[in-house]
Amino acid sequence: MTMRRLTGELVYPILAVVAAFLIGALIVLLIGENPLTVYWLLLSSAFGLYDALGNFTWDNWGYTLFYATPLIFTGLAVALAFQCGLLNIGAEGQLYAGAFAAAWVGFTLTGLPGVVLAGLAILAALLAGGIWGAIPGWLKAWFGSHEVINTIMLNFVAVGLVSYLTQVHFKAPSDPIMQTEMIAEKAALPRFAALLSPFGIDFPARIPLNLSFLLALLAAFLVWFFLRRTSAGYELRAVGANSAAAEYGGISIRRQTVLALAISGGLAGLVGVNEVLGYRYRYYHDFSPGYGFAGIAVALLGRNHPFGVVLAALLFGALNRGGLFIDIFTDRVSKDLVQVLQAIIILFVAIEVLFRRGVVRMRRLLPVRQTRQGGEIH
Amino acid sequence: MESNTDILNSTLIASTLRLSTPLILAALGGLYAERTGVINIALEGMMLAGAFTAATATVMTGDPWIGTVAAIIAGLLVGLLHAAATVTWRADQVVSGTAINLLFLGIPALLSGALFDSTGATPQLARSQVLPDLTLFDQSRSPLAASIFNQKPLVYLAFLLVLLTGYILARTRFGLWMRAVGENPEAADTAGINVAQVRYIGVLISGALAALAGAYLSIGQNSLFTRNMSAGRGFIALAALIFGKWSPVGAMSACLLFGFAEAISIRMQGTVAVPNQFIQMIPYLLTMIVLAGFIRRSSPPRALGTPYVKD
Repeated sequence: MTMRRLTGELVYPILAVVAAFLIGALIVLLIGENPLTVYWLLLSSAFGLYDALGNFTWDNWGYTLFYATPLIFTGLAVALAFQCGLLNIGAEGQLYAGAFAAAWVGFTLTGLPGVVLAGLAILAALLAGGIWGAIPGWLKAWFGSHEVINTIMLNFVAVGLVSYLTQVHFKAPSDPIMQTEMIAEKAALPRFAALLSPFGIDFPARIPLNLSFLLALLAAFLVWFFLRRTSAGYELRAVGANSAAAEYGGISIRRQTVLALAISGGLAGLVGVNEVLGYRYRYYHDFSPGYGFAGIAVALLGRNHPFGVVLAALLFGALNRGGLFIDIFTDRVSKDLVQVLQAIIILFVAIEVLFRRGVVRMRRLLPVRQTRQGGEIH
Repeated sequence: MESNTDILNSTLIASTLRLSTPLILAALGGLYAERTGVINIALEGMMLAGAFTAATATVMTGDPWIGTVAAIIAGLLVGLLHAAATVTWRADQVVSGTAINLLFLGIPALLSGALFDSTGATPQLARSQVLPDLTLFDQSRSPLAASIFNQKPLVYLAFLLVLLTGYILARTRFGLWMRAVGENPEAADTAGINVAQVRYIGVLISGALAALAGAYLSIGQNSLFTRNMSAGRGFIALAALIFGKWSPVGAMSACLLFGFAEAISIRMQGTVAVPNQFIQMIPYLLTMIVLAGFIRRSSPPRALGTPYVKD
């Protein structure tokens, strides 16, 4: 990718984020706090390397990456479906299916060796999410019903189903909390504390950042490889780019539709790996604060490119981390500001045409040689 | 003389009407947007905006009617946002809707923290400050009817609006424009209809009605706003709209069915014949089945989801 194309890809997402922060600043002003203080708090608590006493700390980055992990998975899920021209609003349901399946394997097949058990649990998350994604794919491919409606509906069905399974079948009888029993300890994925200690790095064990983060990065690489370097990935993108031409070229749209939503769902299901095998070691009901919907924002902001998704997830993870500090250290602004910022970012990314017009106007004011760079404007 | 089962049935009917009302209002809201060709999955966010605004305005003025009007204004504004994003700036309609849903999960919580120092709820309203009940029948002459039709005014309004919407769609010029724009915007444009304007009006009405549904939740059925209090009703309303084949009476019937399912599930809580979760799934499963054409096919307005670009 040339430098020029890269800047072209980055400029609109960055404008969208900046615009969202400006509107957020107005809201903060209206509420009666200083936006600079709030944003400084947000950034320093998300990326700062030193604590208030001036000591080095892993906490901020550790939690930022931990919060980014599920968003990488759901962002990839939405982006991959999008590459096939499909809008997957169902990552929320798919991740619940994946999380529950991972937990079920983890507390049921306890006789297996640790590595096998963890591997099977990951596979279960992938499969359960994949099946939950394949259903709307199949309904679209064979019955023509719109995937947006079906994925939304299946979100509710998934939550209802795992709620029922947890409450009626897999909850410890005396437990007042809606959660399953614990998975076998040996199925747990190592946290960064354990991963980094052989290298002499003293990473605090209380930070739940775990192997799943590396798995998420691997997933991003694999999605990129699949889409850009394999013929199957090319066929999938061909349907997204121009389904009529793809069909004329001998590609089965039905097959690609089911495949794209199945892989998409599987990626969303992997959120369960971070949640169950890396963090809580059980299925805890209603655990997701909307990772599936945030994934739509992450995918859009990352321009549906796997590496863009990782960057966008990092930003959103940072916002989630910083939001907790806004809650604690300001009187009137709550962490809900973060959700509002995320929503405004989606809106701005969606109405990118606004910025395009602005950028085109700016370029007209600049010397003539600049106009050749405006090639992507349709 | 009424027997015990009569009383039981009358309360079941009454609660079905109560529970269907926010669904009917929101589904009608969805109808006005979608029949003009704009997908509205933001019904949920619009309901939350209305619910929060209604409760806040009522807390501040002490008058639920001012709260109701405030909710409608808020709904119009959110509708304007969706219309501007999708019609003028041609944003993806589903993405814009998703953003609006997220936005109004956050904004009420943010503002209630600043206004009322709470974590997402508004203060409890006094009984005199919520919308009053309106009895249509004389208690002494027909006690059964009186017990069923002792509802908030918005309940009756919802059913009146179903009839009105049916009339507008079938018999008025604006209804014809809506249908034309939703089915074939090119032809409508050629015939001199302002496609963008009709879509704007449809989405604005959509916002107002969904917000009214929200107001019913916060200052009618309940007496405060709580975080995410619509709890998916915007999506059930959307399901009802599809299940009802995008027609007013069809959507209303679906809402009544879903409201009845909810009433039953509340009634059966604790008795556990069928797990509650399965009853709650009914609207979603039925919608998927109908959309796929397993029972009777339901197809959307033909131009639904496609922005109209004038050549």
